[in-house]
Amino acid sequence: MKTDDLVTLLASRAPAVDRRGPARRFALAWVTGLGGALLLMILLLGVRPDIGEAVRVPTFWFRLVYASAIATAALWVTSRLARPGVRVGGAWAVLATPVALGWGAMAWVLAHAAPGTHLPLILGHTWRVCPVLIAVLAMPAFVAMLWAVRGMAPVRPRLAGAAVGLLAGATGTVAYCLHCPEMAPPFWSTWYLLGMLIPAALGILAGPRALRW
Amino acid sequence: MIASPAEGQDASGMRAAEAELRACFAAGLAGDAAGYRQFLDGMSGHLRAYLRRRLPRARADVEDILQETLLAVHNARHTYRTEQPLTAWVHAIARYKLMDFFRAHSRREALHEPFDDDGGLFIASDVEPADARRDVGVLLEALPDRHRLPIVLVKLQGLSVSEAAQRCGMSESAVKVGVHRGLKALAARIRSRS
Repeated sequence: MKTDDLVTLLASRAPAVDRRGPARRFALAWVTGLGGALLLMILLLGVRPDIGEAVRVPTFWFRLVYASAIATAALWVTSRLARPGVRVGGAWAVLATPVALGWGAMAWVLAHAAPGTHLPLILGHTWRVCPVLIAVLAMPAFVAMLWAVRGMAPVRPRLAGAAVGLLAGATGTVAYCLHCPEMAPPFWSTWYLLGMLIPAALGILAGPRALRW
Repeated sequence: MIASPAEGQDASGMRAAEAELRACFAAGLAGDAAGYRQFLDGMSGHLRAYLRRRLPRARADVEDILQETLLAVHNARHTYRTEQPLTAWVHAIARYKLMDFFRAHSRREALHEPFDDDGGLFIASDVEPADARRDVGVLLEALPDRHRLPIVLVKLQGLSVSEAAQRCGMSESAVKVGVHRGLKALAARIRSRS
């Protein structure tokens, strides 16, 4: 085909573009992902039985804010990586902030802990399963967000895949917070983060294939 | 991005091109087919010049990649943000499609220089869609017969190795070796001419 003909063809098939389409697509995917994570959590793990008392403890909310902040920042990074020619720039710093604050909280708690209690504070009772369960809860959001980003035009598919994975991991963590009995900052700023990094690594592997366009 | 001298000289021209194309594109996004056509026409020229700078010896591929890129620009229209420079957006798409082409044709890896930025997209516009082939003939002439003949017979005329061996009185393995070494030498020549 001649380039001129292609131009004519394209120009004849150019209805007005809905500028809010991408935002709607992202919102739909993320809400679906969170819904899927909550459903999986309730079906597979169950909400912690003492949730009524837990919500009165500030640490419960720190944990939830930690996961939500990472999810929000990762959503921002993802939406920037989904568009050609947009620099992520400051969004990286915003994403790093909650992670750094989590480590700050861990350092503070460990510094004030009695000798001999450091390791139990970090390992808690569930460190073996926590990251894997978070990765499982992340899967609905992982698939849904890959779908959302596929509809865009990511020019760095590997990085975009990682951002999608991190977003999915953080979304899974939000749901996991309602199940997880561990409250100590050294625990969640280690194992929750590791749980989020599993789908992020998956995203790095899946990105080039899943996000081709 | 390293600023090339041309970028400095033509900065005002590039700004004008950006402003004009952006206006057309914005009209196109709002559903104005004539404005969109004007944008595609203008953008084709810039993209063609850009791709020809990137692929000086693969002119025949330029039109293909250009069309791929135009199609990608069209299909990704909704990912453009109004506050974003149009250049950055189209440039990222063109780059992506070009890399895609390089990946798909990695057997030609030897024929192109490492891909980095040479400056902007709006430096020049090229509206002549010529399809000149790479001047392979000239380069072939420079090869010794034992390399040139096997390449011409097997790769260009499409003969089998045994036919080519009969035709030029060489053994079959000599023909195979000739093709292999000849292509390597050709690639090296093309590299050194850039």
